[in-house]
Amino acid sequence: MVVRVQEEDFDIGTELSSLTTGKHGIGGVCLFVGLVREMAGDETISSMTLEHYPGMTEKELIRIEDEARSRWNLEETLIIHRCGKLAPGDQIVMVAACSAHRGNAFEAARFLMDFLKTKAPFWKLEDTGKGSQWVDARDSDDTAAARWEKG
Amino acid sequence: MKVLYFSWLREKVGTAEEDLSPPEDVGTAGQLIAWLRTRGDNYADALADMATVRIAVNQEYVQLDHPVKAGDEVALFPPVTGG
Repeated sequence: MVVRVQEEDFDIGTELSSLTTGKHGIGGVCLFVGLVREMAGDETISSMTLEHYPGMTEKELIRIEDEARSRWNLEETLIIHRCGKLAPGDQIVMVAACSAHRGNAFEAARFLMDFLKTKAPFWKLEDTGKGSQWVDARDSDDTAAARWEKG
Repeated sequence: MKVLYFSWLREKVGTAEEDLSPPEDVGTAGQLIAWLRTRGDNYADALADMATVRIAVNQEYVQLDHPVKAGDEVALFPPVTGG
């Protein structure tokens, strides 16, 4: 299990190989990478600053990984989330789920992202050059996470 | 009790963190927020709409009826927007 919150960029290939090296039970890896999008509604952003709650953010990410591992048979999981000031096109988040077969990996990776977006204490501040604005939480993210609620 | 604020709640309140000693009759997160609102317009404004405030006690999400006590770390912040 890997959970990291960091200002530095990450290299997808390096992360992937360190996650899977020597673990020959893994048959499939599903990997998601989020990038900073340049458009915020009709405005073009010049930068985005990610604030987080040191301590709780890591704990919450570990909880989310634990929850994924309790739901699916996973060989490895990874969440790396960046904080601080980022520019359009920058990598912001990487999630990976590794399992013996692809089905678990696909589902768990999506679950990790959906839960991360609604539970992990991060806040985005977008700067458009004319001023900065905190991003509002989206109902569609709550809907995506609610899909996974156990009925 | 340490109280932390994040994102626009931090900006509206005007501080990121403060050590507070609420009155003895403040026993829950909801009562703490009600007391904070009386401390000034900045607090009243930041905490006006509870639909936009999330609460964590000792780094775990809680609801308004959750107990709070001396020594706790209480965080107040808007709905999260990571990912």
